[in-house]
Amino acid sequence: MIKSNAPLEHFSYDNSIVRNFAFATMIWGVIGMLVGLTAALQLVWPAMNFGLEFTTFGRIRPLHTNAVIFAFVGNGIFTGVYYSLQRLCKTRMFSDVLSKINFWGWQLIILSAVLTLPLGYTSSKEYAELEWPIDIAITIIWVVFGWNMFATILKRRERHLYVAIWFYIGTFVTVAVLHLVNSFELPISFFKSYSWYAGVQDALVQWWYGHNAVAFFLTTPYLGLMYYFVPKAANRPVYSYRLSIIHFWALIFIYIWAGPHHLLYTALPDWAQSLGVVFSIMLLAPSWGGMINGLLTLRGAWDKVREDVVLKFMVVAITAYGMATFEGPMLSLKNVNAISHFTDWTVAHVHVGGLGWNGFLTFGMLYWLIPRLYRTEIFSKPLANFHFWIGSLGIIFYALPLYWAGFTQSLMWKEFTPEGLLAYPNFLETVTQLKTMYMLRALGGAMYIIGTVTMCYNLFMTAKVGSFLANEAAQAQPLVSKEVQVNEHWHRVIERRPVQLMIFSLIVVLIGGLVEMVPIFLVKSNIPTIASVKPYTSLEIQGRDVYIKEGCNNCHSQIIRPFRSETARYGEYSKAGEFVYDHPHLWGSKRTGPDLHRVGGKYPDSWHFNHMLDPESMSPGSIMPSYPWLFEKDIDTASTADKITAMRTLGVPYPQGYEAQANIDLLKQSEEISGRLTEAGIKNKSQKEIIALIAYLQRLGMDIQVKSQKK
Amino acid sequence: MLKFIKYHLSSIGHIEIYPIISFVIFFLFFLGMLLWVIKSDKKFITKMQNLPLEDSVETADEI
Repeated sequence: MIKSNAPLEHFSYDNSIVRNFAFATMIWGVIGMLVGLTAALQLVWPAMNFGLEFTTFGRIRPLHTNAVIFAFVGNGIFTGVYYSLQRLCKTRMFSDVLSKINFWGWQLIILSAVLTLPLGYTSSKEYAELEWPIDIAITIIWVVFGWNMFATILKRRERHLYVAIWFYIGTFVTVAVLHLVNSFELPISFFKSYSWYAGVQDALVQWWYGHNAVAFFLTTPYLGLMYYFVPKAANRPVYSYRLSIIHFWALIFIYIWAGPHHLLYTALPDWAQSLGVVFSIMLLAPSWGGMINGLLTLRGAWDKVREDVVLKFMVVAITAYGMATFEGPMLSLKNVNAISHFTDWTVAHVHVGGLGWNGFLTFGMLYWLIPRLYRTEIFSKPLANFHFWIGSLGIIFYALPLYWAGFTQSLMWKEFTPEGLLAYPNFLETVTQLKTMYMLRALGGAMYIIGTVTMCYNLFMTAKVGSFLANEAAQAQPLVSKEVQVNEHWHRVIERRPVQLMIFSLIVVLIGGLVEMVPIFLVKSNIPTIASVKPYTSLEIQGRDVYIKEGCNNCHSQIIRPFRSETARYGEYSKAGEFVYDHPHLWGSKRTGPDLHRVGGKYPDSWHFNHMLDPESMSPGSIMPSYPWLFEKDIDTASTADKITAMRTLGVPYPQGYEAQANIDLLKQSEEISGRLTEAGIKNKSQKEIIALIAYLQRLGMDIQVKSQKK
Repeated sequence: MLKFIKYHLSSIGHIEIYPIISFVIFFLFFLGMLLWVIKSDKKFITKMQNLPLEDSVETADEI
């Protein structure tokens, strides 16, 4: 390697920003997990919502996922990146100011999520629930992070970029693209927007995003951290640097294609589903290559693993990565997915990844980092070991009952009597069966949280005992500005140039996204239209927005798969053409309650009225919460005209000028429903939100039924 | 806005060739990368491997 003959330069690494992110990781981690525990307890005891709309499952489930993904893991990413990037580039971060904006901006975004999600401001798109002003804030802060990172890389004193940095760059680029494409939405008011895409297209974009949020937020940045912190903690280089390069390129090449495996057997065109499956199976190779690379880094050092709690956490994390990335491709096989999808199996799967891989790698990193930042030993090794064991047991107690629950429920859904009837025609039977499993899961989660709180105490005490080193002095030779090497290989050229590396990874992910999406958007035959499918009435639109606000889609799907067990239970399977006016789609991904795509006309209005007020009055043993506030709040008629106009902009064929008449129609329809309820002997008021919700529920799936009745 | 993009995209002739071209580019890039990895210099690899272990910190320095 050519080094300059220039004298050593003295500089310092910024540890303050690392410390800030590290503590934010711990604090948000505990909060996000506690919200998760509350949600888990509500699945056994619905009253654990304390009778408040703000703490009801449909609203706090998105809060939990956003908090653990973007607050806990997000801050974890920044902690690791800000520590390792400076050292791998042998330079301080480009700008302390940008670092601070990154830190405080990210915390403000999280805070706004903590406020808006419980209030019911949600786009309903999984893992992208935050509304448009926050989306814009995320974009700005992400750009600040990227700017700071690239500027740091450009002023580095080490010519070559270690593989961890590639993972950081790939993460930055892809998350930016994913966020921009998926957040395409039309604002109606300050905290309400409609997705630009509809139905099948919206679902495809959503799961292209959703899957790659897992890939490029929970996986690639953490692999970067693995490639830095595992060698650091084990004090030996990574097992195979060659393998890590293949790992990187293969992963970003393949991951971006796998999204459609979330939509198997749905109304998404078959070719797109198959594409998703093929790429998911291919993912096994790089994922396991990476896992093996991580584990073999400890070759000859396994005796250290017995002693060192940091390594223990890391070994379990990498093992969990291997298990989750084996299970993932298996779950994307159509025959396995037919069993697993919509059940708790999926929830178990993501938690092996979340608790095991992300959680334990974060813990390992923090236990390694905090004593170094504070120049002391860890406060208590026994406590750290206690955390390791209760955390590991917690994962097992969490995952195993949910695997059991997933299988049980799926088998019950699919069981037929010898006469050819559903063995468990009442969906509720398949839910009450699982309550014990849900209790055990909550216990597992609680154990995991006890471990996390123990860690926080241990590390806060470590910080208290030690003395913080805000600026760590370092020295390195500067790079020669222009260095020409003859016969250099092209790859080494890319790898020295971060901007080119970014552009290459951008091209790679763009191609993957475009090839899948463009045909779905352009080729008409992919979404056959159905003549009898008509836009929602103004009251139904308002009802749909109540459905979105309450997060009903967190527990109820709206997509019936073409299986006998599903058509026997729910009715005709769902067609792509039925969703053309659904901005956004509400297919859901989990059936804690039954599918609702054909619930329209199944029950009288009075049933829905009573059920929403007290689910157990209609379905004894139900774990659905009551929604008394829907009976008190008035329909937001002031927004009707704007909503109709917005929908027309998005391509829904409301006649010009209809927005002026929309509220008249709304009142008429609500009076009708109210009249029917009065006839059934129910005292009610026609202007309440519950009436709009009933209108929407009674509409679901009816377009096709009208057609078959005519036949 | 989308409809403007949509019109131009759908009027591109022989659009089906694009996925094939992209696949070929992918595959060739991947092969090239694989070859480079296999052929790359051992000294270089060792240097890269050891990057995280040397962070140029001035050990005796107390601030």
